[in-house]
Amino acid sequence: MSLLELHGVTKRFGGLTANQDVSFTVDAGQIVGLIGPNGAGKTTAFNCVAGFYAPTSGRIELDGKTISGLTPEACARAGVGRTFQVARTFTSMTACENVMAAALLHERRVGAARAEALKLLAFVNLDHFADKPAGSMTISEQRRLAVARALATVPKLLLMDEVMAGLNPSEVREMVKVVLAIRERGIACLIVEHVLEGIMPIADKIVVLDRGIKIADGTPTEVSRNPAVISAYLGDA
Amino acid sequence: MTAEILLQTLASGVLIGLIYALVAIGLTMIFGVMDIVNFAHGEFLMLGMYSAFWLFALYALDPILTLPLTVLMLFAFGMLLYKLVIKRIVNAPMLSQIFTTFGLMILMRGVAQFLWKPDFRSIENSWVAGSVKVAGVQLGQPQLVAGLGAVAVTMLIHAFLTRTKLGAALEATAADKEAAQLMGIDSHRMFSLAWGIGAACAGAAGVLLATFFPIFPEVGANFILIAFVVVNLGGFGSVTGAFWAGILVGVIEVMGGLLLGPEYKTAVVLVLFLAVLMFRPQGLMGKS
Amino acid sequence: MKALKIMVGLGVVAALLPVATDNPTHLNLAILVLMAAQLGVAWNLLGGYAGQVSLGHAAFYGLGAYTSTMLLLNFGINPWLGMLLGGVVAALLSLGFGWSCFRLKGHYFAMATIAVAEIVQIVFTNWDYAGSAVGLTIPMTQRGWGAMVFADKAPYYWLALGLLVLTLLANWAVERSHIGYYLRAIKDEPDAARSIGINIARYKQIALSLSAFFTALGGSLYAQKELYIDPNSVLSTALSIKMALVAILGGVGTLFGPVIGSVVLTTIEELTRSFFGGGGRGTDTIIYAALIIGIAVFYPSGVIGWFREWQQRRKTKQSAPAESKNAPVREASVEEVAP
Repeated sequence: MSLLELHGVTKRFGGLTANQDVSFTVDAGQIVGLIGPNGAGKTTAFNCVAGFYAPTSGRIELDGKTISGLTPEACARAGVGRTFQVARTFTSMTACENVMAAALLHERRVGAARAEALKLLAFVNLDHFADKPAGSMTISEQRRLAVARALATVPKLLLMDEVMAGLNPSEVREMVKVVLAIRERGIACLIVEHVLEGIMPIADKIVVLDRGIKIADGTPTEVSRNPAVISAYLGDA
Repeated sequence: MTAEILLQTLASGVLIGLIYALVAIGLTMIFGVMDIVNFAHGEFLMLGMYSAFWLFALYALDPILTLPLTVLMLFAFGMLLYKLVIKRIVNAPMLSQIFTTFGLMILMRGVAQFLWKPDFRSIENSWVAGSVKVAGVQLGQPQLVAGLGAVAVTMLIHAFLTRTKLGAALEATAADKEAAQLMGIDSHRMFSLAWGIGAACAGAAGVLLATFFPIFPEVGANFILIAFVVVNLGGFGSVTGAFWAGILVGVIEVMGGLLLGPEYKTAVVLVLFLAVLMFRPQGLMGKS
Repeated sequence: MKALKIMVGLGVVAALLPVATDNPTHLNLAILVLMAAQLGVAWNLLGGYAGQVSLGHAAFYGLGAYTSTMLLLNFGINPWLGMLLGGVVAALLSLGFGWSCFRLKGHYFAMATIAVAEIVQIVFTNWDYAGSAVGLTIPMTQRGWGAMVFADKAPYYWLALGLLVLTLLANWAVERSHIGYYLRAIKDEPDAARSIGINIARYKQIALSLSAFFTALGGSLYAQKELYIDPNSVLSTALSIKMALVAILGGVGTLFGPVIGSVVLTTIEELTRSFFGGGGRGTDTIIYAALIIGIAVFYPSGVIGWFREWQQRRKTKQSAPAESKNAPVREASVEEVAP
């Protein structure tokens, strides 16, 4: 049994089918990349796993428990952590307070939550900014803050939505190191990414979506040689 | 309860509902175009009423005659208010927006009380005074004329929005401000226009009301809450929705008054309001 | 810690005020300031910390006043207990209210609160058992701390001060607890808050119920002080506006903002009333309204917000111009610091 299992997930919005019968798995401690051209339905699938959408049909299971249809906060409690495309840090709070807010899920005492938060900030190399207002941080810093925040909920699975978009090469390398360190901790990662040079080298498995359908599922090497994937990205006539 | 009483109540409900619709159309336009709830909208109505009153009392000009003048004055006033005050809070936090229009509401009531004293006034013996029997139902002539006037103004507004370039620009701004800007439509001009038209509609409703409703500084309070209900029921931003919802609310209000007693008719409308907010917040016809 | 010492110092001064002066007008003004401040602090719990603007808080105020008064007049229940029960009643009403209205956004929520408060006012205006429009009077037969009725102003002052301190403590406790963090998160980014396990409706409800509870206590205090209540004096929209305005004027979402706001607002109100109000021409209303608009347009973050901005500007002027805003990021690897 895998950590995360999607069974035939379909999501329709009125007349538009964003996900059609999508199935794949993520094992504990794996890094799985979810890629595909624009409009492929990657973020939709994400939102289904994280509870922001309920699938129209199909089932999503985490550790054997059905999580499809649960509210986002219930999914978080079940062990799904996530980041957003726009970092959405709590701008009225300092970096430390951002992470504390998440740490409070498992540690009700504010003092202990602060200690946890500081540890996680160090983990993503933001400990110098503990008391800096989140709103005044750079994009790269806010992304890492969002990751630290998600980690504070002690997730089994971390969903990362385009964490490397818009970063310069050295920032991408920083983020890659963070992702690898997360895997070291035993947390599985499902990563939606367009920056292929960031995700392909580190992923154990790549799942490719195109126009709502899964078109490939395998190792990065297999997937990059798959003709269907190549034509989906290049667009054949 | 005889059929006659029922019919009578229904008719009066429709007529007052048409007035509510006219007030609400102004309110919904402002909201539709710029996402601001104008808590001071009832005061435009109040100003319309006073304008009709003073022109009648001082110059013996009947409200029906002075309606166009009052409408123009309130149109200008609405645009002026936008330029002086509202323009500054277009992008301000919601709390600021709420309190600005609320402050304007209190300010206009205070100024009205200061200038014209809190006494109740009324217009007696206007051209439309008296009552008339239509299809076996007794209707007050002022109410009838007011209702018809409201329909006329609504049709004018509708024609403006659907058949003129300026109206189309307004609708475009309401639908997608950024896209409209990209096409060269100046948002601030549109906002200003919306305020002008909004004030003019409420002012027109005020003139029509003045022929049979008492005039006093706080009169706006009676209508603002009902206007909210109508706007909400009809769908925020929908002029057609506001029209039909206005009639519906008017009927429900007087029916509620008939069944539960006049002191509860506002309560009936408010409960309806909460129900709509809870179960169908986008209203009957509105964009959510 | 310095702030704490200042606060305790002010508190001691405040407590001793009635000893220093026995001018009844001044004392009454001080009581009004305290009562308005307490209501503002209670409102702030929902409006400031949770970011939900209520313009119908008078409903809770009136419920508190009417509950304790009716329990006293009809069942002889002691006002201290009645006050507590009034708070509970208000908190219960707030449950139904929150459940139905919390998914409404911004303007819609504000309108719903106005509607609810109006409905409550209409109900009490037509409810004979509650005195309808005529109102209820509390007789002065019993006096003293047991009955919460006094001939003097001084005990009311201490009562109002005590209630204010209690409400401030409640806000402070919430601010420092996990509830405070959650409310701020909800206010900033609701979706992100949900993604870290926060049940938004539950925490907004907690803020609302506490806010309703303390507002109701204020209502009971009013009833015991004035010994007369009617729908107009405890359920009007004007009251609701004032509660919100006090918090906004001083600084929404700050602990002491409403206290400052109350000092400013009550003083202005009383001054304009004594200079202009007598004529019944509503000049004081005009000044009041201009003040509301001025704050909303120019100083939405209130006195405290303005003060903080001023402090920031002083700091940036004082610091060396060569110092950059962002400290350079150390290009260290994660392995160095990962546990």
